Amino acid sequence: MNYEPVIGLEVHAQLRTKSKLFAPASTTFGASPNANTSEICLGMPGVLPVLNDHAVQLAVRAALGLNCTVHQRSQWSRKHYFYPDLPKGYQISQYDRPIATDGHLKINLESGEKIVRIERIHMEEDAGKNVHDSAITGNRSYVDFNRAGIPLVEIVTKPDIHSPEEASTYMKALRQILRYLWVCDGNMEEGSLRCDANVSIKPIGQKELGTRTELKNINSFRFVSQAIQYEILRQAEVLDRGEKVTQETRLWDSQAKMTRSMRSKEEAHDYRYFPDPDLPDLILEEKMISEIRTHMPELPAEKILRYTQELELSEYDAFVLCEDADVAEFFEAAINRHHNSKTIANWVINDVLRAIKGQPLSALSFSGEDLGTLVSLIDNQTISGKIAKDVFQQMLATGENPEQIVESKGLKQLTNQDEIESIIDDILTKNPENIDKYKAGNTKLLGFFVGQVMQQTSGKANPKLVNELLQKKLS
Amino acid sequence: MSKLAEQTISEISTLLNSREISSAELTQLSLDRIEKYDPKVGAYLHIDHDGAKKQAQESDTRRASNNSKGPLDGIPIALKDIFLTDDLPTTCASKILENFIAPYDATVVKKLKNAGAVILGKLNMDEFAMGSSNEHSAFKPVHNPWNLDCVAGGSSGGSAASVAAGLCYGALGTDTGGSIRQPSSFNGIVGLKPTYGRISRYGVIAFASSLDQVGPMTKSVRDAAILLNVLAGHDPCDSTSADVEVPDYTDRLDNKLGPIKIGIPKEYFIKELDSEIAAAVQEAIELYKNMGCEIVDISLPHTRYAIATYYLIATAEASSNLARYDGVRYGTRHDPNQGLIEMYNETRGKGFGLEVKRRIMLGTYALSAGYYDAYYAKAQCVRTLIRQDFQKAFEKVDIILTPTSPNVAFKFGEHQADPIQMYLADIFTVSCNLAGLPGISVPCGFNQEGLPMGLQLLGPVWAEDKVLQCANAFERETNYQQRRPHEL
Repeated sequence: MNYEPVIGLEVHAQLRTKSKLFAPASTTFGASPNANTSEICLGMPGVLPVLNDHAVQLAVRAALGLNCTVHQRSQWSRKHYFYPDLPKGYQISQYDRPIATDGHLKINLESGEKIVRIERIHMEEDAGKNVHDSAITGNRSYVDFNRAGIPLVEIVTKPDIHSPEEASTYMKALRQILRYLWVCDGNMEEGSLRCDANVSIKPIGQKELGTRTELKNINSFRFVSQAIQYEILRQAEVLDRGEKVTQETRLWDSQAKMTRSMRSKEEAHDYRYFPDPDLPDLILEEKMISEIRTHMPELPAEKILRYTQELELSEYDAFVLCEDADVAEFFEAAINRHHNSKTIANWVINDVLRAIKGQPLSALSFSGEDLGTLVSLIDNQTISGKIAKDVFQQMLATGENPEQIVESKGLKQLTNQDEIESIIDDILTKNPENIDKYKAGNTKLLGFFVGQVMQQTSGKANPKLVNELLQKKLS
Repeated sequence: MSKLAEQTISEISTLLNSREISSAELTQLSLDRIEKYDPKVGAYLHIDHDGAKKQAQESDTRRASNNSKGPLDGIPIALKDIFLTDDLPTTCASKILENFIAPYDATVVKKLKNAGAVILGKLNMDEFAMGSSNEHSAFKPVHNPWNLDCVAGGSSGGSAASVAAGLCYGALGTDTGGSIRQPSSFNGIVGLKPTYGRISRYGVIAFASSLDQVGPMTKSVRDAAILLNVLAGHDPCDSTSADVEVPDYTDRLDNKLGPIKIGIPKEYFIKELDSEIAAAVQEAIELYKNMGCEIVDISLPHTRYAIATYYLIATAEASSNLARYDGVRYGTRHDPNQGLIEMYNETRGKGFGLEVKRRIMLGTYALSAGYYDAYYAKAQCVRTLIRQDFQKAFEKVDIILTPTSPNVAFKFGEHQADPIQMYLADIFTVSCNLAGLPGISVPCGFNQEGLPMGLQLLGPVWAEDKVLQCANAFERETNYQQRRPHEL
């Protein structure tokens, strides 16, 4: 039978704060185990949470960026379950009164634009991490609480997604916008962006939804579509066999490329949510929300429009430049230094992006301003386009700024007419037979003479000038 | 009792200031008395001989160089074992925290230390502050110094008994449903539960977060005011502590009361109220009348739901607050090496006492899916009604006067068989916590067996000054607080 998948995504995004949601401990990634903890993160007796205002601001920014209604009153609730990585035996989260609801995100599919509705965004603290690696811990398990208490927003969609590709496109669009908003660094491998998927299928045309399963542990963009694809096929096989899909939580096993049952509905936790008595309701003044609204960074769609209309870039160039917030920022730094958007766009797309090969832009050892300077050196004829490529390689290798490189390597273009003329004269004197052949009609030999001049000057002579002078002297 | 041991903080402070006695001598006296008498009382769980002596010497040095930190400098104080201290164990009278030493001091402990108080040690209590008799300490019961066969009350029983027996000059307690006021009434001392949010809860082991409040337990109303001056105030580490002005509570303590209105809620004079206590309270009312106060009959109609409401909210919050004691990070761990669930079961099964487990189960039930609306959510609605009862009453009166407890200190085991009976004994104290109001218990006489009785005064939120003033006027007109138990 043919089935139609119905998919909803629950995405956890780590907010880019310096400290935790309810504690002053640091959030730096990669610290040694339990270095980023305090009495609060460890759930010591007597500790109390104090809300991190910056986290709230980032959550509001995310909510506005995703076109949500931000609620002036929301509430903190405790979600209870026992697990060693959960220090207090409960997680502080938001339950029946989340910070924002009813938003949407536009995504671009090959078939056109699609709107995915956002049901809610709520804030919560992350749990720690159990360490079972026997190479490190022997026959014991350890717990690392560095992540415990890190601020997250959970962004929950309506079941508006209907294929693995759509899910993957949504994730990429969401990541893009969160990075633009400086709300989340979007790094799935480090766990700062995590995705759970609710997947069900139903016969095409049927209104009633099928039984859903919840997929967890999808920790890379590749796995989003892989896991969902697998699950759709698995459920279809179950239904085709005449059986029923069991409502359960399933884990994505990226090694085996399959989902495995984790717990059934009957084993599901009763989280015993209730409002956290240690925290007053979160009240957001209208003034604070509108303040954040007025200071919202430009989002991808607006940026693409500005690049094509004001900077007169092609749609393709604008799209590529805007795909990642860091790249767009790099490009803008370059054109602020030197107003030649088209040439700089070409350099960013053809040279910079190719050089970093999918690595984050932060790996680059020079700035957007440096690239702007490089292009300005071409435009003011200090160096030729060809020399510029060499300078660029040098910049990549050492991070030196282009002016320094041109100066120290003596790459400045030769534009002095007398100097070039004397070099030309010298070459002509040494090659009388080629002058004769040229004058006899073999005009291709002009290339030979140009090459000689360039060789003499290590490529620095202004090619245009060399051409002009040679033609004059040979005529 | 030796004269010096009977004195109040304000009296001792004068002696310290006039150099008639040193803090070192005073501290030694307290430590000697603890050594001698506490085996009979059982008020202390940890005694800090060395620390106390050192702090006393430092205080004497400060005083010698005229750098005294104020009226608490050099005064021997003790803490209910619910306050975290980074130099002494904090057990909450539970096996699950046996030998636990906290990595930090509670905000109130810091404040006491900054005020120069000498910390003698940590005081016994009902395990996790759950109980009204101090029979639920995992380590030992507290005996009432007025009659060692009787309970000291609870949960701050160690605090009340140690003050009454002269084993410290003042103590800190916590009050979730009467845990400061009831033992204070059983021991003939003064116990103040301030407005919710008046004193930081940071570093105080939580029982029921929306009800818990720290307060002083002392021999006199003035002493309570002196301690409150040090303890009160906003704490950025406690989001529920209020950023409201803190007056000097000793300032207007001695002012004449004036023609204030005192409300007598009819719902508090029930048939279960001990007749001697009823008579003593009646006498107190007459006394206030003679002082020029107007006595007004009032009604707090939702009082009859207070116990049920309290035990739903308190147990629900407790079930959540006590989830962290899992043996993973600190405290006692029992691990039969059969996996995680068995470790949890053994640790919590053996670590918690019966009463604590009973309340965790009650609270877990009240929050369960399908029961939440009927129990916890409903209790919150009733809580609002109870709070409104008081708001309406305080539109008419300045202070509400009631008995603190329906009974005096009872014999050990008397209320053990029937937990409901024990819970009902909190009937006069729990509403105050549900409404977040300040309340005080002051001695109002002794029954025929010589056991102390307590009078409770309640005020509107943030009106600790009024409550203290009113209590002080009563104390001035009576001499109950001067009577101390016979030396044990």
